[in-house]
Order: sequence, then C-alpha cells, then structure tokens
Amino acid sequence: MTLTEAKFEYLLRLGDNALILGHRLSEWCGHGPILEQDIAITNIALDQVGQARSLLQYAAEVEGKGRSEDDLAYTRDVMQFRNLLLVEQPNEDFAYTIVRQFLFDNFNFLLHQALTQSKDEHLRAIAEKSLKEITYHLRYSSEWMIRLGDGTEESHQKMQTALDDLFIYSGELTSPDEVDQQMHEAGIGPDLDRLKPAYDQKVKDILAEATLQLPEVKYMQSGGKDGRMHTEHLGFILAELQFVQRAYPGMEW
Amino acid sequence: MSNKKNWPLWEVFIRSKNGLSHKHAGSLHAADAEMAIENARDVYTRRNEGVSIWVVESQHITASSPNQSESLFDPANDKVYRHPTFYNLPDEVKHM
Amino acid sequence: MKSCIFAYKHKAILPSASQSFYDNMKEPNQHTFEDQFQARIDAEERIEPKDWMPEKYRKTLIRQISQHAHSEIVGMLPEGNWVTRAPSLRRKVALLAKVQDEAGHGLYLYGAAETLGAERDDLLDELHTGKAKYSSIFNYPTLSWADIGAIGWLVDGAAIMNQVPLCRCSYGPYARAMVRVCKEESFHQRQGYEIMLTLARGSEAQKQMAQDALNRWWWPSLMMFGPSDKDSKHTAQSMAWKIKRFTNDELRQRFVDITAPQAEFLGLTIPDEDLRYNAETGHYEFGAINWDEFWQVVSGDGPCNRQRLKARRKAHEEGAWVRDAAVAYAEKRRQRKAAAAQQQQVA
Repeated sequence: MTLTEAKFEYLLRLGDNALILGHRLSEWCGHGPILEQDIAITNIALDQVGQARSLLQYAAEVEGKGRSEDDLAYTRDVMQFRNLLLVEQPNEDFAYTIVRQFLFDNFNFLLHQALTQSKDEHLRAIAEKSLKEITYHLRYSSEWMIRLGDGTEESHQKMQTALDDLFIYSGELTSPDEVDQQMHEAGIGPDLDRLKPAYDQKVKDILAEATLQLPEVKYMQSGGKDGRMHTEHLGFILAELQFVQRAYPGMEW
Repeated sequence: MSNKKNWPLWEVFIRSKNGLSHKHAGSLHAADAEMAIENARDVYTRRNEGVSIWVVESQHITASSPNQSESLFDPANDKVYRHPTFYNLPDEVKHM
Repeated sequence: MKSCIFAYKHKAILPSASQSFYDNMKEPNQHTFEDQFQARIDAEERIEPKDWMPEKYRKTLIRQISQHAHSEIVGMLPEGNWVTRAPSLRRKVALLAKVQDEAGHGLYLYGAAETLGAERDDLLDELHTGKAKYSSIFNYPTLSWADIGAIGWLVDGAAIMNQVPLCRCSYGPYARAMVRVCKEESFHQRQGYEIMLTLARGSEAQKQMAQDALNRWWWPSLMMFGPSDKDSKHTAQSMAWKIKRFTNDELRQRFVDITAPQAEFLGLTIPDEDLRYNAETGHYEFGAINWDEFWQVVSGDGPCNRQRLKARRKAHEEGAWVRDAAVAYAEKRRQRKAAAAQQQQVA
C-alpha cells in the first residue's frame, strides 16, 4: 500500500467510526430516558457527525478522485466501510449505549491525544478540535458507567450484561494492523501497542468503581477497521442512512 | 415501574463572559451536582452562552416573600439623597 | 427586582391554600385581590411565581405551558423520524440540532410550569395517559424528506407566529422561556425553507416531493392556531390576563399573509382554490378549514396519535431504571461522603 492509500484508509477508519457511532446515538434523539439526557446524548451525536464530516472531507481530498464527504458517507456499501465493529452495535438500551460509548471514548481519547502530535498538519488540526469534545465524551460515559454500575441491582445487572456482550469488540481497538503500522512509521498515527496499557488501565479503574466484572474473553472479534468483516447491523444502518441518496441518485439535497 | 423518586430540581446560573456576573438561566433536573453541571452545559450553553456555570438545588434557595415587599423595598423609595442627582452643583464644575 | 423567581419553597402562594400568607395582615377580600391583580396586568406589570394570582390564572397557565411543553417533545418524533435518513451530513447535523432544540424548549417550558407548583413528572403522566393535549399537527406522519422542509417552513413558521407574542406574556417565567425559545427557533424555519428551496429547484421528482409535502401540511398548519375565535373557549379570559395577545384568527390571517408569497417564490401551489389576495384589505382570503378533522385529531383520532403517545410512554418507561439508578447512586455517594467525614471527625 502506498502511503497515500494507507492514509486514505486510516482517515476512513477515523471518519467511519465517528459517522457510524454518531448515527447510532442520533437514533436516541426523542427517545432518551429523560429530557436532560436526550439532549446530552444528542450533543455527543452532533460532535461525532461533525468530526465525521471533517475526517471524510479530508479523506476524500487525500484520495484525490473528486469525491465529497457525502459521496463517501452515502454511496459506499458495507464492505467499503472501515469503522470498528464496536460502534455499529445496536443501542439496545441505555446500558449498551453507555458501555459501547465508554469502550470507544476511552480509545478515541488516547488516539486523539496522540494524533495532536501527528506530523500530518491537517489531521493534527482536526484532532486538536476533536480532542476537546472527546474529553467531555469520556467524562460523560465514565460517569454513567459508574452511576449505572453502582446504582441499583437492576441497573448493575443491565450494565454487566451489556459489558459481557460488547467486550468482545474492544480488542480490535488497540490491535495494530498494517495500516496502523504504516501510519505510525510515517509519524502520522500513534503506535497502538503503546496505547493499550493506558486503555486497559482505564477500563480496569472504571469497572472497579462501577463494581462491574471484567468479562473473560477467549476470542476478540475483529475485521471492521481492516474491511475483512462487519456485523449484520451495518447493512441496516446504511439502508437507513443512504435511503434517499440511493432512491434518487445524484441529486442536491 | 419507577418508584417515583424523581431527580431534584436545580437552578442554573450562567456567566456569559468573564467580567459579567452569573445570571439565572432557568432550571433542570439532575440526580446530583456533577450531573446538574453537565446537564446545564448541555441544555443552556449549546450556543456559546457561557464560560462558567453555577447550579444550586432549588429547595436550598430562600426567597423573600412578595407580601413583605412593601416593608422590604418601599422604604428605599424616599432616600433620594443616596443618588447623585440629589445634589445640586453648577454646570461649570466638571468631572463630578 | 422586587419579587423573586423561585416559588418552589413557597408553593402555597394562594390565599386559599396558605395560612401564613395572611400572617400579620388584615384579610382583604378575594375581590380586592383580583382587582389588584388585574390592575397590575393592565399596567403591563409581570407576574412572578410567588405573587398572588387567581387560582384560575395559575391553572390556565399550567395547562397552556404544559401543553406547549408536550407539543415540543411530541414534536420531536415526526422530525426525529428522518434524523437517520437525512440525505446529506450537513442536513443531518442541522436536523439533529433542531430536534434537540425542541427537547430544550420542552425542558424550559416544563421548568416554567414548575414555577407554578406543578411537577414535571405529573405533567408527563397527564401526557402519557392521554389526559393532556398537545398540538394536533404532530399527529401527522412524515412520509418523505420534503416533509422535513415543510415542517420547518410551515409548522415552525406557525409556531413562531404563535410564540413571539408570548414573549410579552404577563407571567414572567413563561415570557422568559419564550424569549429563549424564539431566539433559538430563528434558524428552524430558515432550515426548512432552505430544504424546500433546494427541492423546488431540483429535479422533477424533487419538485413533486415538495408539492406533495405542501399539500399535506398546509391545512394542518392553519389548524395549529386553534379553533376559530367564535369557538375558542379560552380566548377572552386569556386575552384579559395578557397570557394571549392576539386571537387565533388574527394570527392565522397573519400566517397566511406571510406564507402565501413564500410559496409563490418556491413555485409551489398552496392547496386552496379559494386562496386569493384582496388588494382592498391587503390580506389573503382563504377557504374553509375542515374543523371536523381538527377536532378528530385533537380528540385522539388523528393518523399518528397512538404511535406518538406510545413512543413517548415507551421512552419514559424504559428510562425508569436509568433515572432510578442515578438517584440511588447519588444517595449512596452522599452517604459514603457523610460516613467518610464522620470517620475523619472521630480520628
């Protein structure tokens, strides 16, 4: 893979993570557990779709084929998406939503912290802006992990169930592949192996405070970011996300 | 079903920029103070309305009562000597 | 500021409910109170939460403010229906921000109702059990992307027309909430009209989509102003109390006058054969509103009444464990802090 190709892949990963998770969170809008949290979750969704726009715009620019952010978001099919499997998992309930968010925010925070040192000026600028938002997301999801984990018997149970289900998707976050490696060598992205200890430590700390058990996982699922595999959920996300553009191709909206 | 333990009501005060005082923005519900701050941030500063937030549980606010307002506030009405316009100075005197 | 905005500690603000109110003062009769109250209103003074007010004024306000709040949060549903299908990322963030604003507006309004001694949870119960009303417009379905444009343009347009005079409502907290709401809503209508404009200038299919949306949303939008003045049972008293500043028919007329040229600019046709400009009066004349349909939808038999209430109930019920857990955790933490402090004292 040339450096440009690898960079395009890398930006797609970042952009798709933000887009798909932002989309998932936007499904909560109007259906939150209380008005105040409806607004809070939507704020995070807005941050993420905003980040997706900057990242996909830049990805399109790097690709150099004259595509736009919307071309990338609305005309690729499942196997061309590069988001982590974690972020495409359904909302299910508030527990799944919070666990998914925390597992992702924890990684996203460390990643963006590192990206503010990137040699790629454009990416660095995006990361600096996003990091402020992500810092807040991590604070929000960490607090809710603790609140619900250590809340009532019922909330504890729901959180543990969600964690048991979702944890298998967390391995992919900090496992580097070729593209990660290439970006690291070019000074564009961080060495994921070096982020892993901090990631694991934070998970441990928050779970302890939330009185939740770290699930024992024999095998972690992966394939989202390198395009080998997705879960069946992504197809339905795209069916909704892309409906208008697919039904009326090539129009201005 | 919920056992009807509602989140308490909080009053939110926002400083719109440094140099100005906090001003009452409205109220919201939150389970605790930290959450009240975050909810206030999400609800009342979505358009850059603030640089600082105060929250206080509504039940902790003591307010003066309107039926005492005459005795509380009217006595200040005739103390005109507290205002600069009470004092007559010739126009020639500047910077006063 | 003479009176304070916080009523919560002093819910018993009404002569009928409060003994302490009469402490140290001679008891004027109810009549005098009401005369004084009306005099304050007539002098354009604002009424604040702890001020004396007729029970009926308080009840009218709680009813109107909570209906307004319910309308905001039920109103999130038809537009929320397209959040996941918005046709571009720019449209997606704009729509999401708009629907989020509506949640905020609901919240401000419930807050205003709470200054009158109502509790948000009780108000929500009334919504969920079908006891409380909300704007009938939100019981219509959003079937195409153009509906999002039409809602922003027409429904928000009508809402703004209703809401701007409420910024001068006699009740302080309601008026203040409305100032905030109106400030924020200014982008909503533009957002909608921009969508309509893009469609109207687009392909044949897009134009058709826009026209179809106008066809379906026009009449329900006119109904948003409520029954005709002669059938409106609340108007006269609300006008006297300056809760309302204009009658339903006055506002409806203003809406038609402003909106008809906007439709023309889009090149779309308002679905009313009787619509014509009267140069003498300077107003548009328009056809008869189907009030049977209005009453049918208001009383629960509109196209989406059941789905809307079901969605609201579901969100509330499924959120119960989250709300309970947050309270339980806050309590646990408070106890732990207290215990730690005590231990420190002992040590």
